[in-house]
Amino acid sequence: MIKTDVIIIGAGPTGLFCAHQLGVIGLKCEIIDNLDKAGGQCIELYPDKPIYDIPAIPECTGEELTKNLLKQIKPFETNFHFNERVQEISNENNKWVVKTNKNKVFTSPNIMIAGGVGSFEPRKLLLKEAEKYEGKNIFYSVSDKNKFKDKKVSIFGGGDSALDWALELSKISKVTLIHRRDEFRGAPHTLGEIKKLEKEGKLTIKTQYQLDSIEGDKNIKFINIKNNEEKVLKIETDYVLSFFGLIMKLGPIAEWGLNMDNKTITVDTENFQTNKKGIFAIGDICTYPGKLKLILSGFHEGALASVECFKRARPNEKYRFQYTTTSKDIQNLLGIKTK
Amino acid sequence: MAKITYIEHSGKSHTIDVKNGLTVMEGAVQNDIPGIDADCGGSMACATCHVYVKEDWFNKVPSKTEGEDDMLDQAFEPKTNSRLSCQLIVSDEMDGLIVSLPEKQA
Repeated sequence: MIKTDVIIIGAGPTGLFCAHQLGVIGLKCEIIDNLDKAGGQCIELYPDKPIYDIPAIPECTGEELTKNLLKQIKPFETNFHFNERVQEISNENNKWVVKTNKNKVFTSPNIMIAGGVGSFEPRKLLLKEAEKYEGKNIFYSVSDKNKFKDKKVSIFGGGDSALDWALELSKISKVTLIHRRDEFRGAPHTLGEIKKLEKEGKLTIKTQYQLDSIEGDKNIKFINIKNNEEKVLKIETDYVLSFFGLIMKLGPIAEWGLNMDNKTITVDTENFQTNKKGIFAIGDICTYPGKLKLILSGFHEGALASVECFKRARPNEKYRFQYTTTSKDIQNLLGIKTK
Repeated sequence: MAKITYIEHSGKSHTIDVKNGLTVMEGAVQNDIPGIDADCGGSMACATCHVYVKEDWFNKVPSKTEGEDDMLDQAFEPKTNSRLSCQLIVSDEMDGLIVSLPEKQA
Protein backbone atom coordinates (compact mmCIF):
# COMPACT_ATOMS: atom_id res chain seq x y z
CA MET A 1 0.00 0.00 0.00
CA ILE A 2 1.44 3.33 -1.08
CA LYS A 3 0.69 6.22 1.27
CA THR A 4 0.76 9.76 -0.02
CA ASP A 5 -0.77 13.20 0.49
CA VAL A 6 -2.54 13.32 -2.87
CA ILE A 7 -3.25 10.72 -5.55
CA ILE A 8 -3.40 12.38 -8.94
CA ILE A 9 -5.29 10.55 -11.66
CA GLY A 10 -4.01 11.67 -15.04
CA ALA A 11 -0.57 12.86 -16.12
CA GLY A 12 -1.74 15.47 -18.61
CA PRO A 13 -0.72 19.13 -18.29
CA THR A 14 -3.29 19.75 -15.55
CA GLY A 15 -2.15 16.79 -13.45
CA LEU A 16 1.51 17.70 -13.92
CA PHE A 17 1.11 21.31 -12.90
CA CYS A 18 -1.01 20.27 -9.94
CA ALA A 19 1.97 18.18 -8.79
CA HIS A 20 3.95 21.43 -8.88
CA GLN A 21 1.41 23.35 -6.86
CA LEU A 22 1.30 20.54 -4.31
CA GLY A 23 5.08 20.39 -4.28
CA VAL A 24 5.56 24.05 -3.44
CA ILE A 25 3.33 23.71 -0.38
CA GLY A 26 5.22 20.63 0.73
CA LEU A 27 2.77 17.90 -0.23
CA LYS A 28 3.76 14.61 -1.85
CA CYS A 29 1.77 13.06 -4.64
CA GLU A 30 1.67 9.94 -6.79
CA ILE A 31 0.47 10.21 -10.40
CA ILE A 32 -1.36 7.37 -12.14
CA ASP A 33 -1.99 7.31 -15.91
CA ASN A 34 -3.21 4.68 -18.33
CA LEU A 35 -0.80 5.85 -21.04
CA ASP A 36 2.84 4.80 -21.06
CA LYS A 37 4.12 8.36 -20.64
CA ALA A 38 3.24 11.79 -19.30
CA GLY A 39 1.44 14.44 -21.34
CA GLY A 40 -2.11 13.19 -21.79
CA GLN A 41 -3.91 14.55 -24.82
CA CYS A 42 -1.01 16.92 -25.50
CA ILE A 43 1.31 14.03 -26.16
CA GLU A 44 -1.15 11.48 -27.51
CA LEU A 45 -3.29 13.63 -29.77
CA TYR A 46 -1.26 16.63 -30.82
CA PRO A 47 2.44 16.33 -29.86
CA ASP A 48 3.47 18.39 -32.92
CA LYS A 49 0.59 20.83 -33.08
CA PRO A 50 1.19 24.33 -31.79
CA ILE A 51 -0.61 25.73 -28.76
CA TYR A 52 -0.90 29.53 -28.63
CA ASP A 53 -2.70 30.21 -25.37
CA ILE A 54 -0.36 29.17 -22.60
CA PRO A 55 0.29 32.38 -20.60
CA ALA A 56 3.67 33.91 -21.42
CA ILE A 57 4.49 31.19 -23.95
CA PRO A 58 3.50 32.62 -27.33
CA GLU A 59 3.77 29.27 -29.06
CA CYS A 60 4.71 25.73 -28.08
CA THR A 61 3.83 22.20 -29.11
CA GLY A 62 2.11 19.63 -26.94
CA GLU A 63 5.40 17.83 -26.59
CA GLU A 64 7.32 20.96 -25.55
CA LEU A 65 4.67 21.85 -23.01
CA THR A 66 4.87 18.37 -21.49
CA LYS A 67 8.67 18.44 -21.37
CA ASN A 68 8.68 21.81 -19.65
CA LEU A 69 6.08 20.78 -17.11
CA LEU A 70 8.12 17.67 -16.30
CA LYS A 71 11.18 19.87 -15.89
CA GLN A 72 9.25 22.20 -13.62
CA ILE A 73 8.22 19.39 -11.25
CA LYS A 74 11.56 17.60 -11.32
CA PRO A 75 12.66 18.91 -7.88
CA PHE A 76 9.73 17.14 -6.25
CA GLU A 77 10.72 13.68 -7.52
CA THR A 78 7.13 12.73 -8.16
CA ASN A 79 6.39 9.03 -8.64
CA PHE A 80 4.57 8.09 -11.83
CA HIS A 81 2.58 4.91 -12.32
CA PHE A 82 2.09 4.52 -16.06
CA ASN A 83 0.08 1.90 -17.95
CA GLU A 84 -2.27 1.70 -15.01
CA ARG A 85 -5.87 2.69 -14.78
CA VAL A 86 -7.60 3.47 -11.50
CA GLN A 87 -10.31 0.91 -11.13
CA GLU A 88 -11.93 1.30 -7.71
CA ILE A 89 -12.01 3.79 -4.92
CA SER A 90 -13.28 3.26 -1.41
CA ASN A 91 -13.23 5.11 1.88
CA GLU A 92 -11.61 3.61 4.95
CA ASN A 93 -11.39 5.57 8.21
CA ASN A 94 -11.78 8.86 6.42
CA LYS A 95 -8.98 8.07 3.95
CA TRP A 96 -9.41 7.23 0.31
CA VAL A 97 -8.14 3.92 -0.98
CA VAL A 98 -7.45 3.67 -4.68
CA LYS A 99 -6.89 0.43 -6.53
CA THR A 100 -5.57 0.16 -10.10
CA ASN A 101 -6.23 -2.47 -12.74
CA LYS A 102 -2.75 -3.86 -11.95
CA ASN A 103 -3.82 -4.28 -8.30
CA LYS A 104 -1.59 -1.54 -6.98
CA VAL A 105 -3.17 0.05 -3.89
CA PHE A 106 -2.77 3.65 -2.74
CA THR A 107 -4.11 5.47 0.26
CA SER A 108 -4.43 9.20 0.76
CA PRO A 109 -6.73 11.82 2.22
CA ASN A 110 -7.04 13.34 -1.25
CA ILE A 111 -7.79 12.15 -4.78
CA MET A 112 -7.22 14.64 -7.58
CA ILE A 113 -9.01 13.61 -10.77
CA ALA A 114 -7.25 15.26 -13.70
CA GLY A 115 -8.47 12.72 -16.19
CA GLY A 116 -9.29 14.89 -19.22
CA VAL A 117 -11.90 13.16 -21.31
CA GLY A 118 -11.06 9.81 -19.77
CA SER A 119 -8.35 7.24 -20.18
CA PHE A 120 -6.88 6.35 -23.53
CA GLU A 121 -7.73 2.85 -24.65
CA PRO A 122 -7.35 0.99 -27.93
CA ARG A 123 -10.20 1.49 -30.34
CA LYS A 124 -11.79 -1.91 -30.70
CA LEU A 125 -13.19 -3.73 -33.71
CA LEU A 126 -16.83 -3.01 -34.33
CA LEU A 127 -18.12 -6.46 -35.08
CA LYS A 128 -20.14 -8.13 -32.33
CA GLU A 129 -18.36 -11.44 -32.84
CA ALA A 130 -15.01 -9.72 -32.27
CA GLU A 131 -15.72 -9.56 -28.54
CA LYS A 132 -15.88 -13.34 -28.31
CA TYR A 133 -12.36 -13.72 -29.70
CA GLU A 134 -10.75 -10.77 -27.92
CA GLY A 135 -7.67 -11.78 -25.97
CA LYS A 136 -7.71 -15.17 -27.69
CA ASN A 137 -7.48 -14.59 -31.44
CA ILE A 138 -7.94 -10.83 -31.59
CA PHE A 139 -5.44 -8.44 -30.05
CA TYR A 140 -5.09 -4.67 -29.85
CA SER A 141 -1.46 -4.80 -28.78
CA VAL A 142 1.29 -7.39 -28.88
CA SER A 143 2.84 -8.66 -25.68
CA ASP A 144 4.53 -11.82 -26.95
CA LYS A 145 5.20 -12.03 -30.64
CA ASN A 146 6.18 -15.72 -30.46
CA LYS A 147 2.50 -16.54 -30.11
CA PHE A 148 2.20 -15.71 -33.82
CA LYS A 149 5.09 -17.88 -35.02
CA ASP A 150 4.12 -19.86 -38.15
CA LYS A 151 0.54 -18.55 -37.89
CA LYS A 152 -1.65 -16.63 -40.31
CA VAL A 153 -1.98 -13.11 -38.99
CA SER A 154 -4.30 -10.44 -40.42
CA ILE A 155 -3.27 -6.94 -39.39
CA PHE A 156 -5.66 -3.98 -39.68
CA GLY A 157 -4.63 -0.34 -39.73
CA GLY A 158 -2.59 2.20 -41.65
CA GLY A 159 -0.45 3.80 -38.98
CA ASP A 160 2.92 3.04 -37.46
CA SER A 161 1.73 0.25 -35.14
CA ALA A 162 0.16 -1.65 -38.03
CA LEU A 163 3.19 -1.17 -40.28
CA ASP A 164 5.77 -1.95 -37.61
CA TRP A 165 4.07 -5.19 -36.59
CA ALA A 166 3.42 -6.22 -40.19
CA LEU A 167 7.13 -5.84 -40.84
CA GLU A 168 8.24 -7.55 -37.65
CA LEU A 169 5.80 -10.47 -37.85
CA SER A 170 6.45 -11.07 -41.54
CA LYS A 171 9.71 -12.67 -40.37
CA ILE A 172 7.92 -15.40 -38.45
CA SER A 173 4.28 -15.40 -39.60
CA LYS A 174 2.15 -15.27 -42.74
CA VAL A 175 1.00 -11.68 -42.65
CA THR A 176 -1.84 -9.93 -44.47
CA LEU A 177 -1.96 -6.17 -43.95
CA ILE A 178 -5.41 -4.66 -44.51
CA HIS A 179 -6.17 -0.95 -44.72
CA ARG A 180 -9.26 0.99 -45.79
CA ARG A 181 -7.45 3.17 -48.33
CA ASP A 182 -4.31 3.13 -50.48
CA GLU A 183 -2.38 5.72 -48.49
CA PHE A 184 -0.73 4.69 -45.27
CA ARG A 185 0.05 7.26 -42.60
CA GLY A 186 2.88 5.24 -41.03
CA ALA A 187 6.55 6.06 -41.57
CA PRO A 188 7.43 6.06 -45.29
CA HIS A 189 10.60 4.07 -44.61
CA THR A 190 8.67 1.20 -42.99
CA LEU A 191 6.13 1.32 -45.77
CA GLY A 192 8.95 1.01 -48.31
CA GLU A 193 10.24 -2.12 -46.60
CA ILE A 194 6.77 -3.61 -46.51
CA LYS A 195 6.17 -2.91 -50.21
CA LYS A 196 9.48 -4.65 -50.92
CA LEU A 197 8.41 -7.69 -48.92
CA GLU A 198 5.12 -7.74 -50.82
CA LYS A 199 6.99 -7.86 -54.12
CA GLU A 200 9.04 -10.75 -52.80
CA GLY A 201 5.84 -12.54 -51.82
CA LYS A 202 6.65 -12.48 -48.14
CA LEU A 203 3.60 -10.49 -47.12
CA THR A 204 0.20 -9.59 -48.60
CA ILE A 205 -1.31 -6.10 -48.66
CA LYS A 206 -5.01 -5.50 -49.21
CA THR A 207 -6.04 -1.87 -49.44
CA GLN A 208 -9.51 -0.33 -49.71
CA TYR A 209 -10.82 -3.20 -47.63
CA GLN A 210 -12.40 -3.26 -44.20
CA LEU A 211 -13.37 -6.12 -41.93
CA ASP A 212 -16.81 -7.45 -42.77
CA SER A 213 -17.24 -10.66 -40.77
CA ILE A 214 -15.45 -13.35 -38.84
CA GLU A 215 -15.93 -17.09 -39.25
CA GLY A 216 -14.91 -19.66 -36.69
CA ASP A 217 -16.04 -21.67 -33.71
CA LYS A 218 -13.76 -21.73 -30.68
CA ASN A 219 -11.05 -20.04 -32.69
CA ILE A 220 -11.13 -17.82 -35.73
CA LYS A 221 -10.84 -19.71 -39.03
CA PHE A 222 -11.52 -17.07 -41.66
CA ILE A 223 -12.16 -13.39 -41.88
CA ASN A 224 -14.09 -11.73 -44.69
CA ILE A 225 -13.04 -8.30 -45.82
CA LYS A 226 -15.10 -6.05 -48.07
CA ASN A 227 -14.25 -3.12 -50.29
CA ASN A 228 -16.34 -0.13 -51.34
CA GLU A 229 -17.62 -2.03 -54.38
CA GLU A 230 -18.99 -4.66 -52.01
CA LYS A 231 -16.43 -7.19 -53.20
CA VAL A 232 -15.70 -9.70 -50.43
CA LEU A 233 -12.46 -11.61 -49.90
CA LYS A 234 -12.12 -14.56 -47.57
CA ILE A 235 -8.78 -14.81 -45.77
CA GLU A 236 -7.67 -17.78 -43.71
CA THR A 237 -6.69 -16.29 -40.36
CA ASP A 238 -5.47 -17.54 -37.00
CA TYR A 239 -4.98 -14.16 -35.39
CA VAL A 240 -6.27 -10.65 -35.97
CA LEU A 241 -4.26 -7.64 -34.85
CA SER A 242 -6.14 -4.37 -34.96
CA PHE A 243 -4.44 -0.99 -34.70
CA PHE A 244 -7.01 1.78 -35.03
CA GLY A 245 -5.45 4.17 -32.57
CA LEU A 246 -6.67 5.16 -29.16
CA ILE A 247 -9.96 6.54 -27.96
CA MET A 248 -10.77 8.28 -24.73
CA LYS A 249 -13.14 6.56 -22.36
CA LEU A 250 -14.37 7.88 -19.07
CA GLY A 251 -14.32 4.34 -17.71
CA PRO A 252 -14.77 3.54 -14.02
CA ILE A 253 -14.83 7.22 -12.91
CA ALA A 254 -18.53 7.27 -13.80
CA GLU A 255 -19.21 4.65 -11.13
CA TRP A 256 -17.69 6.43 -8.15
CA GLY A 257 -20.86 8.20 -7.07
CA LEU A 258 -19.68 11.64 -8.12
CA ASN A 259 -22.16 14.21 -9.36
CA MET A 260 -21.79 14.25 -13.12
CA ASP A 261 -23.00 16.44 -15.94
CA ASN A 262 -22.61 14.85 -19.37
CA LYS A 263 -19.30 13.00 -18.86
CA THR A 264 -17.85 15.77 -16.67
CA ILE A 265 -17.74 16.07 -12.89
CA THR A 266 -19.41 19.00 -11.16
CA VAL A 267 -17.21 20.84 -8.66
CA ASP A 268 -17.25 23.73 -6.24
CA THR A 269 -15.16 26.54 -7.69
CA GLU A 270 -13.76 27.50 -4.30
CA ASN A 271 -11.58 24.40 -4.13
CA PHE A 272 -12.64 22.17 -7.03
CA GLN A 273 -13.95 19.57 -4.63
CA THR A 274 -16.62 17.19 -5.91
CA ASN A 275 -19.66 16.13 -3.90
CA LYS A 276 -17.33 13.76 -2.01
CA LYS A 277 -14.97 15.38 0.49
CA GLY A 278 -11.36 14.83 -0.49
CA ILE A 279 -12.11 14.03 -4.12
CA PHE A 280 -11.29 16.86 -6.47
CA ALA A 281 -11.69 17.24 -10.22
CA ILE A 282 -9.61 19.64 -12.32
CA GLY A 283 -8.98 20.29 -15.99
CA ASP A 284 -11.23 19.16 -18.84
CA ILE A 285 -12.99 16.59 -16.68
CA CYS A 286 -14.55 19.13 -14.31
CA THR A 287 -17.42 21.46 -14.94
CA TYR A 288 -18.93 24.52 -13.25
CA PRO A 289 -20.74 27.63 -14.45
CA GLY A 290 -18.48 29.39 -16.94
CA LYS A 291 -16.02 26.49 -17.31
CA LEU A 292 -13.62 26.77 -20.24
CA LYS A 293 -11.75 23.69 -21.37
CA LEU A 294 -8.38 25.40 -21.58
CA ILE A 295 -5.04 24.21 -20.24
CA LEU A 296 -4.67 27.48 -18.35
CA SER A 297 -7.97 26.84 -16.56
CA GLY A 298 -6.64 23.45 -15.49
CA PHE A 299 -3.56 25.12 -14.00
CA HIS A 300 -5.67 27.53 -11.97
CA GLU A 301 -8.02 24.79 -10.80
CA GLY A 302 -5.09 22.64 -9.63
CA ALA A 303 -3.58 25.52 -7.64
CA LEU A 304 -6.80 26.17 -5.74
CA ALA A 305 -7.53 22.48 -5.16
CA SER A 306 -4.02 22.03 -3.74
CA VAL A 307 -4.81 24.40 -0.87
CA GLU A 308 -7.76 22.29 0.22
CA CYS A 309 -5.59 19.16 -0.12
CA PHE A 310 -3.12 20.75 2.29
CA LYS A 311 -5.82 21.38 4.86
CA ARG A 312 -6.93 17.75 4.66
CA ALA A 313 -3.43 16.25 4.61
CA ARG A 314 -2.05 18.50 7.39
CA PRO A 315 -5.04 19.21 9.62
CA ASN A 316 -2.82 20.44 12.46
CA GLU A 317 -0.80 22.87 10.39
CA LYS A 318 -1.78 26.28 9.17
CA TYR A 319 -1.69 26.88 5.42
CA ARG A 320 0.44 29.88 4.56
CA PHE A 321 0.24 31.54 1.18
CA GLN A 322 3.75 32.25 -0.14
CA TYR A 323 5.41 33.44 -3.34
CA THR A 324 8.07 31.33 -5.04
CA THR A 325 10.05 34.52 -5.64
CA THR A 326 10.49 35.36 -1.98
CA SER A 327 9.79 32.24 0.09
CA LYS A 328 12.88 30.49 1.41
CA ASP A 329 10.72 27.47 2.24
CA ILE A 330 9.57 27.08 -1.33
CA GLN A 331 13.04 27.69 -2.68
CA ASN A 332 14.34 24.92 -0.42
CA LEU A 333 11.67 22.60 -1.75
CA LEU A 334 12.70 23.56 -5.29
CA GLY A 335 16.31 22.80 -4.44
CA ILE A 336 17.40 26.37 -5.14
CA LYS A 337 20.50 27.49 -3.27
CA THR A 338 19.70 30.79 -1.65
CA LYS A 339 22.35 33.28 -0.71
CA MET B 1 -25.78 31.44 -42.17
CA ALA B 2 -26.71 27.98 -43.38
CA LYS B 3 -29.48 25.57 -42.52
CA ILE B 4 -27.85 22.28 -41.66
CA THR B 5 -29.66 19.02 -41.12
CA TYR B 6 -28.18 16.41 -38.83
CA ILE B 7 -29.73 12.97 -39.02
CA GLU B 8 -29.08 10.76 -36.03
CA HIS B 9 -28.42 7.08 -36.58
CA SER B 10 -31.93 6.38 -35.28
CA GLY B 11 -33.29 8.50 -38.13
CA LYS B 12 -34.24 11.45 -35.93
CA SER B 13 -33.51 14.64 -37.80
CA HIS B 14 -32.54 18.10 -36.52
CA THR B 15 -32.39 21.15 -38.78
CA ILE B 16 -30.70 24.20 -37.33
CA ASP B 17 -29.29 27.52 -38.45
CA VAL B 18 -25.52 27.60 -38.06
CA LYS B 19 -23.58 30.84 -38.33
CA ASN B 20 -20.92 31.23 -40.97
CA GLY B 21 -17.47 30.52 -39.65
CA LEU B 22 -18.57 27.91 -37.14
CA THR B 23 -17.90 24.31 -37.98
CA VAL B 24 -20.55 21.69 -38.59
CA MET B 25 -19.26 20.06 -35.38
CA GLU B 26 -19.75 23.26 -33.37
CA GLY B 27 -23.24 23.64 -34.79
CA ALA B 28 -24.13 20.24 -33.39
CA VAL B 29 -22.40 20.60 -30.03
CA GLN B 30 -23.78 24.08 -29.32
CA ASN B 31 -27.29 22.89 -30.09
CA ASP B 32 -27.04 19.71 -28.03
CA ILE B 33 -27.47 17.37 -30.95
CA PRO B 34 -26.52 13.92 -29.69
CA GLY B 35 -24.13 11.72 -31.65
CA ILE B 36 -21.16 14.03 -32.06
CA ASP B 37 -18.65 13.74 -29.23
CA ALA B 38 -15.81 16.00 -30.44
CA ASP B 39 -13.52 14.83 -27.65
CA CYS B 40 -10.51 16.81 -28.83
CA GLY B 41 -12.47 20.02 -29.25
CA GLY B 42 -11.95 20.42 -32.97
CA SER B 43 -8.22 20.04 -33.47
CA MET B 44 -8.59 17.14 -35.92
CA ALA B 45 -7.03 14.84 -33.38
CA CYS B 46 -9.63 12.30 -32.37
CA ALA B 47 -12.17 11.29 -35.04
CA THR B 48 -15.18 11.51 -32.70
CA CYS B 49 -17.05 14.15 -34.74
CA HIS B 50 -17.32 11.82 -37.71
CA VAL B 51 -20.26 12.36 -40.08
CA TYR B 52 -21.42 11.02 -43.42
CA VAL B 53 -22.03 13.84 -45.86
CA LYS B 54 -25.04 13.20 -48.07
CA GLU B 55 -23.75 12.03 -51.45
CA ASP B 56 -24.90 15.00 -53.55
CA TRP B 57 -23.23 17.33 -51.06
CA PHE B 58 -19.95 15.49 -50.73
CA ASN B 59 -18.25 17.21 -53.66
CA LYS B 60 -19.69 20.61 -52.79
CA VAL B 61 -18.21 20.94 -49.31
CA PRO B 62 -14.59 22.11 -48.95
CA SER B 63 -12.28 19.17 -49.62
CA LYS B 64 -10.23 17.37 -47.01
CA THR B 65 -6.95 18.82 -45.87
CA GLU B 66 -3.86 16.86 -45.03
CA GLY B 67 -4.34 14.65 -42.04
CA GLU B 68 -8.11 14.34 -42.12
CA ASP B 69 -8.01 10.95 -43.83
CA ASP B 70 -5.42 9.79 -41.32
CA MET B 71 -7.85 10.54 -38.54
CA LEU B 72 -10.78 9.06 -40.45
CA ASP B 73 -8.85 5.77 -40.54
CA GLN B 74 -9.56 5.64 -36.85
CA ALA B 75 -13.23 6.59 -37.06
CA PHE B 76 -16.14 4.22 -36.50
CA GLU B 77 -17.10 2.66 -39.85
CA PRO B 78 -15.62 5.20 -42.25
CA LYS B 79 -17.14 5.29 -45.73
CA THR B 80 -16.26 7.15 -48.92
CA ASN B 81 -18.49 10.06 -47.84
CA SER B 82 -17.01 10.29 -44.35
CA ARG B 83 -15.79 13.63 -43.01
CA LEU B 84 -14.75 15.06 -39.69
CA SER B 85 -17.38 17.69 -38.96
CA CYS B 86 -14.82 19.88 -37.15
CA GLN B 87 -13.20 20.45 -40.54
CA LEU B 88 -16.37 21.60 -42.29
CA ILE B 89 -16.54 25.36 -41.89
CA VAL B 90 -20.00 26.70 -42.48
CA SER B 91 -20.64 29.26 -45.22
CA ASP B 92 -23.70 30.46 -47.19
CA GLU B 93 -22.89 27.90 -49.86
CA MET B 94 -23.53 25.12 -47.38
CA ASP B 95 -27.16 26.12 -46.85
CA GLY B 96 -29.21 22.91 -46.95
CA LEU B 97 -26.32 20.58 -46.10
CA ILE B 98 -27.39 17.21 -44.79
CA VAL B 99 -25.10 15.01 -42.69
CA SER B 100 -25.86 11.64 -41.15
CA LEU B 101 -24.31 10.53 -37.91
CA PRO B 102 -22.70 7.14 -37.47
CA GLU B 103 -24.10 4.58 -35.04
CA LYS B 104 -21.48 5.67 -32.54
CA GLN B 105 -18.33 7.74 -32.46
CA ALA B 106 -15.97 5.33 -30.76
